[in-house]
Amino acid sequence: MSHGQNFSRRDFIKISSIFLAGSSVLSYGAMQAFSSHQSTISGEFGEKVIYSICEHCFWRCGIAAHVRDGKVYKITGSEHHPLSQGKLCPRGTGGIGQLYDPDRLAHPLIREIKGGKQYYRKATWNEAVGVVAEKLYKTSQVYGPSSIAMLHHGFGVSFFKKMLSEIGVNKIAKPSYDLCCGPARQASVLTYGYPSDTPEGFDMKNSKYMIFFGTHFGENMHNTAVQEISEGIRRGAKIVVFDPRFSTLAGKADHWLPIKPATDIAMIQGLMHVLISEEIYDKAFVEAHTVGFGELWESVREMTPEKVSAITDISADAIRTVAREFAFHAPAAFVHSGRRTNWYGDALQRLRAILILNALVGNFKMPGGVVAFKKFPLVQPPAAHEHLAYEKEVYSKYPFFPNDEPSNTIASHEIVQQAITGEVKALVIYGVNLPETMTLGRKTAIEALEKVDFMVAIDVLPAEVTGYADVVLPECTYLERYDDLDNGRAFRTPFVALRQPVVPPMYDSKPGNQIAKMITDKWGLHGVFAPTVEAGLNKKLGLIGSSLEEIKKKGVLVMPETDLYRKPGEPLNLNTPSGKIELASEQLKKGGFSAVPIYTAHPEPPSGFYRMLTGRKPMLTFGRTANNRFLGDLATAKENEVWVNQGIASKHNITNGEYVHLKNQDGVISEFPIKVKVTERIRPDAVYMVHGFGHTSAKLTWAYKRGASHNQLITRTEIDPAMGAVGFQNNFVTFIKEANA
Amino acid sequence: MVIDTRVCVGCSACVYACKSENGIPEGYCRDWVVQETKGIFPKLTMENRSERCQHCDNAPCVTYCPTRASHYAEDGTVQINRSRCTGCKACMAACPYDARYVHPEGFVDKCSLCQHRTEKGMKTACVSICPTGSLNLVDFNDPKQEAQQLMNGKLVYRQKEHAGTEPSLYWISASNKPGA
Repeated sequence: MSHGQNFSRRDFIKISSIFLAGSSVLSYGAMQAFSSHQSTISGEFGEKVIYSICEHCFWRCGIAAHVRDGKVYKITGSEHHPLSQGKLCPRGTGGIGQLYDPDRLAHPLIREIKGGKQYYRKATWNEAVGVVAEKLYKTSQVYGPSSIAMLHHGFGVSFFKKMLSEIGVNKIAKPSYDLCCGPARQASVLTYGYPSDTPEGFDMKNSKYMIFFGTHFGENMHNTAVQEISEGIRRGAKIVVFDPRFSTLAGKADHWLPIKPATDIAMIQGLMHVLISEEIYDKAFVEAHTVGFGELWESVREMTPEKVSAITDISADAIRTVAREFAFHAPAAFVHSGRRTNWYGDALQRLRAILILNALVGNFKMPGGVVAFKKFPLVQPPAAHEHLAYEKEVYSKYPFFPNDEPSNTIASHEIVQQAITGEVKALVIYGVNLPETMTLGRKTAIEALEKVDFMVAIDVLPAEVTGYADVVLPECTYLERYDDLDNGRAFRTPFVALRQPVVPPMYDSKPGNQIAKMITDKWGLHGVFAPTVEAGLNKKLGLIGSSLEEIKKKGVLVMPETDLYRKPGEPLNLNTPSGKIELASEQLKKGGFSAVPIYTAHPEPPSGFYRMLTGRKPMLTFGRTANNRFLGDLATAKENEVWVNQGIASKHNITNGEYVHLKNQDGVISEFPIKVKVTERIRPDAVYMVHGFGHTSAKLTWAYKRGASHNQLITRTEIDPAMGAVGFQNNFVTFIKEANA
Repeated sequence: MVIDTRVCVGCSACVYACKSENGIPEGYCRDWVVQETKGIFPKLTMENRSERCQHCDNAPCVTYCPTRASHYAEDGTVQINRSRCTGCKACMAACPYDARYVHPEGFVDKCSLCQHRTEKGMKTACVSICPTGSLNLVDFNDPKQEAQQLMNGKLVYRQKEHAGTEPSLYWISASNKPGA
């Protein structure tokens, strides 16, 4: 066999169409199911409904999959699942577009070389997992377990995590920590003594006043959050949005404040200044339940509304108004921490500023304020760290990186860097399309992928990353498999949910639970996993007095509603060093950082360039949905546009609907053109584009060449020195007219 | 229907739900989302609307259909009898709401208000899925007056009332003040 050979530099391989679903006989039926021209409607009757959980974003709503003649014809929200309550966002409905995607990976593939040319050949599962098992085992033997790392995104990863722990590998990262949830999580740990959760701990439906900084619910369709904000609006809540762009949420706001990008911390300091100087903060709460108030006041004493106005481009009057209204409506008022929170490398402090602002008005564990939702307590078997080579729990060099989250022991950009330096020799990539993931931009990602000795990609689609793999393992979609039980979401009614197969795996794809088991079996480690995934789930459920049979019926077990609110006089007993809310953090000070959030100026765009802001469309989740024809079918979903302020468009002589190339501050030009949206909805110093377009893999036949890639234009990043998150909004772009490109 | 644009975010869940429920071919839809922004930076307003056939009480499509394919159903909705439809498009020209399209199989198609579901006591696919609760299916003859309760004290309008079509979709305006 030639699969043992080493490639000094791995080329990107275009996967041949004959290895994808489109060539398979099965795909005809698949296409029919998904683009049906049925003119008769038989309705919901005589069909089968199976309850499971979604995988189109991390929220993991409950879904009801409706199956007719062996095909999933629609997906609706599960009425039993607390996060969906019968409702579902467009992406959830769009699961059929992924299941019946004609571009799906259909067979295991192994990289070969012949006459100097690298190519993929179709392999049996036995062969493919054999190569993976051998390569990973040898790498760990020769270079030690820390020479292997896994990048992952998706709920199915638990099996691979367990698999790797068996050979002592614990270097694991989810890019979402770096880009999205990390800063909010760690800010909450440092300030409130517990990590933030999903859904975020805000009592939205009972709130009277909700403040948002740059987060845009409605465009990010976090189902439960959108449901609760809507309920809040119906009950008369006021909304305040600080955002350089008139987002959909800004469209619902009583006050839209188009803040100058990169100045949020100054704004929050200004709001704190008004609350304290006008003595409208909750003094009793601050005295009883917080530490560091004096130090906080010293840090905002000079941040008068006038001074902050000059920094943020928002009037001093507006700053006073928002602070006073916030105090007036408190405690049924909050500032939301948002999602995808790292923008400029100071995210930990920005998020701490938000949490402190909340604490000042005494909304902690109060109706309509900050709350801590609970998780369903599953009985966990003892952690399986018996392997002697299991080195340590945290590999990150950042001092405030979490040390209590086994699915994330290092920042993903650290893995990318270690792959480039050679410290990491082998990569396992589960559902992360690294070249288009914002970690350190595309160029660096590709360098890492080309450099490592061995890489296995476990994926559903021929995403760009699969072209760099030595072995490609086609996982079936979330609608065709069991995964682990989901008690990872905290809510008003704690719950545990089941992912179960709705239809059998199509083509030659397999569930992750089987793939991981096959690999451990190759290592001769039998009994790592239960004989069948069903048996394993049933055993776990047995520990809480339930069974697989029971949970399969509704897809979820739900506990009664928990009490979210504190009682008068009740001590908080928080898990911080002081036991109280830490307005000033001794821990941060000891680590060499500022104990309180302080605004620092960030780079400004060069003349003729504009800060590149990003976000999403409600029907898309970046890579997960990029190639989804069902979701892509609407005119509003087909491509991304670059939003340009009217005045700036005139200055550059570009018109609405015209296609331009974007060029960033380092001279990188988007390889595909992007449509211009001339709009009043954005400040003149920024442009906006949705992430997840401009795919370069021709085998993603829907996504290929649609719109421009945001990731390609990221060449500058700022890493949060405290907790290791990546900010990338100091990239600036200008326009090159199509004729001049 | 009573449609609360104060909460609609224009996510299009209604459109995709309708497409899978009713097997709408690629490239077509029976409902659609409009996001309308007015004003000059930074004084802007926005309304999001999930639009569809208005099931008019005085429907021009029914009046102008030469084959009586477009007709009033017993429940008051406007429906199309496909076997009678010749695809002549007279209804499409007559509809002030642009709610119809020609199905690739030759007949004209539009929102049926999920008649196959409502006749079994279920809500329409779009109403069932809507995460914001913007879409409300109501019976205007219901003695409990659910529709009136939804609209009480709020700024409510109907589209193109001057056309005399008597549309049965009522829109709670996004310009209502908080707490209206």
